[in-house]
Amino acid sequence: MSALLEVREVSKRYGGVVANDKVSLTVGEGQIVGLIGPNGSGKTTLFNSIVGTHPIDCGSIRFDGREISHLRVPDIARLGLIRTFQQTRIFRQMTCLDNMIVSVPQGDASLRAMIARPAAEDRAHADELLAFVGLAGKRDLPAGSLSFGQQKLLEFAMALMNEPRLLLLDEPTAGINPTLINGLIERLKRARDQLGITLLVIEHNMRVVMNLAEHIYCLAHGEVLADGPPERVQNDPRVVAAYLGGH
Amino acid sequence: MKLATAKKLLPFALLVLGVVAPFALPTFLVQLTFLWIMIVFALCWDILGGQMGYNSFGNIAFFGIGVYTATIVQIGLYQDVAAYTAAAGMQTISLTPDQYFTGLFVGLAAAPLLAVAVAALLGFALLGLRGHYFAIATLGLGIAAGELAAAWTFIGGSSGVQVPVYPGSLESGRLLFYFLSAGLGVATLLTLRWLYTTRFGLAMNAIRDDEDKAEALGLRTTRYKVIAWCIGAVFLGLAGGLVGHIIGFIDPREVAFAGASFGVWMILMAILGGKGTLWGPVIGAVLFHAMRELFWTYLFGWQNVAMGVLIVIVVVFFPIGILGWLKRRYPQLFARDVPAASRGVVE
Amino acid sequence: MDNLTLLIQAPSLNVQLLIDGVLIGAVFALAAYGLALVWGVMNIINVCQGEFVMLGGYVALYVARAGLNPFLGVPAAMVVLFVVGWLAYRLVIFRIVERDLFISLLATFGLSILLGQLMNLGFGANIETLDAHLGTWFLLGGTVTVAQVKVVALIVTLAIAALIVAFMRRSRLGQAIRATAQNARAARILGVDTDRVYATTYALNAAICGAAGALVAMIWTISPFSGLIYTVRSFMIVVLAGLGNLVGVIVAALGLGAAEQFVGFILGAQFQIAFIFLALVAILILRSWRLRRQRRYLV
Repeated sequence: MSALLEVREVSKRYGGVVANDKVSLTVGEGQIVGLIGPNGSGKTTLFNSIVGTHPIDCGSIRFDGREISHLRVPDIARLGLIRTFQQTRIFRQMTCLDNMIVSVPQGDASLRAMIARPAAEDRAHADELLAFVGLAGKRDLPAGSLSFGQQKLLEFAMALMNEPRLLLLDEPTAGINPTLINGLIERLKRARDQLGITLLVIEHNMRVVMNLAEHIYCLAHGEVLADGPPERVQNDPRVVAAYLGGH
Repeated sequence: MKLATAKKLLPFALLVLGVVAPFALPTFLVQLTFLWIMIVFALCWDILGGQMGYNSFGNIAFFGIGVYTATIVQIGLYQDVAAYTAAAGMQTISLTPDQYFTGLFVGLAAAPLLAVAVAALLGFALLGLRGHYFAIATLGLGIAAGELAAAWTFIGGSSGVQVPVYPGSLESGRLLFYFLSAGLGVATLLTLRWLYTTRFGLAMNAIRDDEDKAEALGLRTTRYKVIAWCIGAVFLGLAGGLVGHIIGFIDPREVAFAGASFGVWMILMAILGGKGTLWGPVIGAVLFHAMRELFWTYLFGWQNVAMGVLIVIVVVFFPIGILGWLKRRYPQLFARDVPAASRGVVE
Repeated sequence: MDNLTLLIQAPSLNVQLLIDGVLIGAVFALAAYGLALVWGVMNIINVCQGEFVMLGGYVALYVARAGLNPFLGVPAAMVVLFVVGWLAYRLVIFRIVERDLFISLLATFGLSILLGQLMNLGFGANIETLDAHLGTWFLLGGTVTVAQVKVVALIVTLAIAALIVAFMRRSRLGQAIRATAQNARAARILGVDTDRVYATTYALNAAICGAAGALVAMIWTISPFSGLIYTVRSFMIVVLAGLGNLVGVIVAALGLGAAEQFVGFILGAQFQIAFIFLALVAILILRSWRLRRQRRYLV
């Protein structure tokens, strides 16, 4: 199993604060990797570094063997590295279907492709994915009219529509009704099993992480505190201390 | 007839109206001509302003470029431009009908080309800027263009340029430019109607709703922004070429780069009618132009103040515009049929 | 380009232009600070900033015409403009404060059109100026002239700036303003009346513009439609200096004033206005390219 994403000794500071300090992690192709850690430990900053939202101060980030730390967001996204946002970002004034169509992978950059009408296969695929997340009935409604949980599902469906190789999910279950969380975990696993998408998931919900991830990294104070299979990390005293204890 | 079918036929109804109008209302020919120009103005501003959420205060620059280019090219084909402009109106130009129309044709071809070239250049420079920085940068564009034009003696400086006189009766000249303007208006409408159904249209809306998210999905947003701006520049350049000939005289600040009048109206009309829609700007243009023609004389010098008040009122109290208001008040008029399958329940 | 060689040959000319530029630049700094204030506290870019400046100039004009000491025009303009700003807030601005930037930009743009047209209607379109009846100083053996009124304007500017800084640091309202600028929601939770803060901030900005305008009327000229240039200048200065940077604003403003004088001299007055707008475009582009390498946007 080859490493799809290799983050090596990445550091990032904001003003005086060191958000990430020599963080290294690896995500193998086809894996589901979890990223946990108390608030302020630098998880979202790391995501932002990986997808190119800001440059890193030092270190290297390789995707499929290729250095991407100097690339910009749209270019990294086109390589197949897609992320969802903690606050859930969708296109509020557009219909759910249009949200999906816009998410079609931007492989062909030619003018002709830009001005083409949305293809029937894309519409069909969009409908499939909307059904996959349970939003088929909201197809023609403006995305802004959906509830927060439904918007999260839409964002997930849009990410799938973009045919990513690696999907970075920032707290996918936050704010979702606990009874629906199992369904979401199910779908995430199916996305990996059926669609071959590798997942890197930031999560606060321990039950979700233990259930979902095969390998976990725990961040605290901007550094990697521990990593390994879920049971080991869960019982690591340093991890427990980081969550429960002092700063 | 169902509303959906009615909406499809609307542009063609407009076309028919457009063809019939000059014969039904011959006394209003010039005003009707300008109505079509206003429609082009509003539609072009809305491409970037309404569909993409990028406020441009400087679109008048492309209009002005079109005004000058069409005339200078037309004159330049047959006469020495520098000598003509230096004479500042003392020298008159009479072109033979052949020369006039060839010149007009070539000039009208050159106008949008130059406008697009400038738009592309400026676009790549400015459209990396987000929202309000872009807006303020464009604020200066119109005025800078006007000042530069006023300083450039080759194109007449502040004295402007006298446009070659139409070789024919006043009547036939007006009719010609009416149909050219109407044609431009319909062409703009149909082009944009098509554009908004393509993936490009969706991308524009996505950039409006959340530019960062659009980039995170792989959209190279700058490219879309520049192309959209260029599309507007094409039609604005053409409109400029026409208006220069309709008015007959080009003044750099009052006609070509008339930021305080045309430039502001572009924005007002689009918002008044309903920005971000296809027909909103058209409605806004018709309403605004009608209001101007009918009531302006009653305002005795308060016209421009009234316009300022109007802008503030529309933007602050009525930003969804007429079409937006109609959608809220009578949503059933805008209903679409959706496939039965999508009326399922969320699990 | 003959003017350029003239500059090289006559160093005192450079001094003249520099002094003129710096002195008028000080007034730019006032208007720029006001813009930054409203922007930082209310997240509104006040496109009618320049019109407030012009209005202040007209107040000073009428004070002088009434036979009073022209320098009384400064406090008069500040008072009148404070009221105008307060009214503008209560009627229009409060509705756009926490809405998207698009609307706030268009609304203040509309206000700028409205105010410009009102001034045109009320005061006529002529370019006006105010004679403060002060003398001139001659430096460097008579080759450099410094109008005394300009120096007094600089002193007045510094005094006003000092007052504002003191107000913001010491007074309760000043602190409330700064708190709201940092986090409006938190300020509200802590009991700050943010609406009152916004009104005061906006009115204060108008007053600052009024003072600047009164000074402009004395050392330069005013006219109903010259407001836009001041708005653009203020914006340029704030972009160059950065929002929180008071010293930067002063330096940028003085630099801009000087640059304008030099360009006006070398290329001619008709290019001076075009230069300002093109310089704005250039500054924004340069700034955004530099930030783009750091992958941040001008936000």
